[in-house]
Amino acid sequence: MISRRDFLQTSMAATAIYGASSFGQWGKLAAQQAITQDQLLQFDTFGNVSLIHITDIHAQLKPIYFREPSVNIGVGDNKGQVPHVTGADFRKMYGIDDGSYAHYAMSSGDFSALAKGYGRVGGLDRVATVINQIRSERPDALLLDGGDTWHGSYTCYHTQGQDMVDVMNALKPDAMTFHWEFTLGSDRVNELVEGLPFAALGQNIFDAEWDEPAELFPPYKFFETGGVKVAVIGQAFPYMPIANPGWMFPEYAFGIRDENMQEMVDQVRAEGAECVVVLSHNGFDVDKKMAGIVTGIDVILSGHTHDALPEPVLVGDTIIVASGSNGKFVSRVDLDIQNGRMMGFRHKLIPILSDVIEPDKEVAAVIDNVRAPFVDQLSEVIGQTDSLLYRRGNFNGTWDDLICDALLSEREADIALSPGVRWGPSLIPGDDITREDIWNVTSMTYGKAYRTEMTGEFLHVVLEDVADNLFNPDPYYQQGGDMVRTGGLGYRIDITQPQGSRITEMTLLSTGEKIDPAKTYQVAGWASVNEGTEGPQIWDVVEDHIRKQGTVTVSPNDSVTVVGA
Amino acid sequence: MELTRRNAILMGAGALLVAGLPIRASAAADEAIAAFTGGAEVGTGDITLTAPEIAENGNTVPIEVSSETATEILVLATGNPTPGVANFKFGKLAASRAASTRIRLAGTQDVVAIAKLEDGSFVQASSAVKVTIGGCGG
Repeated sequence: MISRRDFLQTSMAATAIYGASSFGQWGKLAAQQAITQDQLLQFDTFGNVSLIHITDIHAQLKPIYFREPSVNIGVGDNKGQVPHVTGADFRKMYGIDDGSYAHYAMSSGDFSALAKGYGRVGGLDRVATVINQIRSERPDALLLDGGDTWHGSYTCYHTQGQDMVDVMNALKPDAMTFHWEFTLGSDRVNELVEGLPFAALGQNIFDAEWDEPAELFPPYKFFETGGVKVAVIGQAFPYMPIANPGWMFPEYAFGIRDENMQEMVDQVRAEGAECVVVLSHNGFDVDKKMAGIVTGIDVILSGHTHDALPEPVLVGDTIIVASGSNGKFVSRVDLDIQNGRMMGFRHKLIPILSDVIEPDKEVAAVIDNVRAPFVDQLSEVIGQTDSLLYRRGNFNGTWDDLICDALLSEREADIALSPGVRWGPSLIPGDDITREDIWNVTSMTYGKAYRTEMTGEFLHVVLEDVADNLFNPDPYYQQGGDMVRTGGLGYRIDITQPQGSRITEMTLLSTGEKIDPAKTYQVAGWASVNEGTEGPQIWDVVEDHIRKQGTVTVSPNDSVTVVGA
Repeated sequence: MELTRRNAILMGAGALLVAGLPIRASAAADEAIAAFTGGAEVGTGDITLTAPEIAENGNTVPIEVSSETATEILVLATGNPTPGVANFKFGKLAASRAASTRIRLAGTQDVVAIAKLEDGSFVQASSAVKVTIGGCGG
């Protein structure tokens, strides 16, 4: 007799084999320029429930380039575990051929060359085509949006998220959870959420004053699909008031609250849920830990840390699905639910290759419509780039190097600090840099570029604090961003040390001198979480800098020495 | 108060300075535990302490303690200059032996709850609460 565990593992193996063979095949086909939409979307419908997961779109309505990280270090139990495997190691692990479309979409290495061959990724009109195809095979498939949707572009900023709401409504999601949405300010978030034609979920969204569940965000919703009663529980980003400016949404409190998650799972099971899905913005390692603590979850659809994995990760009886970011991927997860148990699954991470997948005309029209008032501003060319501009990676990306250069020169500072966010598309050498491109990597509601004095000692405290948010061995103490980027400042980091001892050899790059704890330095930065921060908007600082450069070249950055990875 | 740029920067710096290295348990915390237990051994068991992993605001951190059989629960913020937070006493007729409150934490530290159970034994639960600068979230 096949036990449930055997079933899960069998399906897992089947997924792996399916994935491996298909990748190789598609790689060859792609090389012959013969990759088709049908091949990308090919899926043998399985079981009785289908989930469609998209997350961390960051307001990317149109196709973009997005380079996956080459440095993504895991710590503690997650050292060497996915998603902390990159580049060639990642491809080897999943049997992905070098040069294949899967190489291009899911891993780093040869990015600029592959980007020229395979073209841009994403575009919500292409995403719509994929969703429609899945719905044609399984009409009541559930579309679940993991959040970070209403943030990250020129049009999103200027419409306060209305562009994304309009386009997402056209895709007809069934539920959503949240993170950067709250940086629109609680009044605007409340207004948008009240008008949503689908569920806005978050079991960990609480009223800050009373420490009770917030009324506007129910913890879960039931769906009947394929004759199965499915409960979807929302999990918003736990550390919103810490990682983002809490003063913009003072009425709300968050936190992981895994004890409340267990209560919700028990409650929906008691109310007859046959399948429990958590739509999460925890970040992958936090989800892994939570899956080991909370029992009774079948599927966690994981967002926040922007990882794209071609197979789910299994923790106990829970599968965790990671679906990338910036509209680059859609995950389809088919489940076989029998008598309240998940007997097996089939999964596919579908890369949205924009030149292969036909745009859906209706959604394309909605996108054009929301962008129409801004077309002239969006398309203005500010400069060109000779270098690959990207952001993702634990320590630095060329976009951030460029932003730090802009801060140093435009704000006349000794040292620049740029936040280690994980959003922001890439540009390939030879590309124009338009205003839209600059906004795609800087847009936020607290983007003012401050200039202030900091002592060497205080700079050390800042770097240690951020490093612990990334490299604390306990995932529950990680906030899911990357290390703060530094301009004009080099350092050595030993990630295995405790907070306070990781950062040494801080050096002022302009003089080569060691940073003096007692000395005061002029520091420019942006994205301060403090209320009342003043300065020009970061996108204006970067635009001025690029205009002066004309053509941008970013030289390799070796100012951070990493030890213990 | 009119918020000038200088004030904003100073306020920001003030808020930042709160964070930093974890504060070690003080001798005062050890003394408070010894006074509560009379030196008896402290085990683990019927005591639950719920606290956030990372405080949203170090000045008001929500915590909750509960136990089925406690007659008394002592709560300590071991890294605060004055570690004593609360001492909850429960009678035989108490409907539930749980209490929640908000506490102020001087920085990253362990919050400890020690319960005296009906049988006279002591059990302890501890939770590390991080007080951080913030910013830079994904």
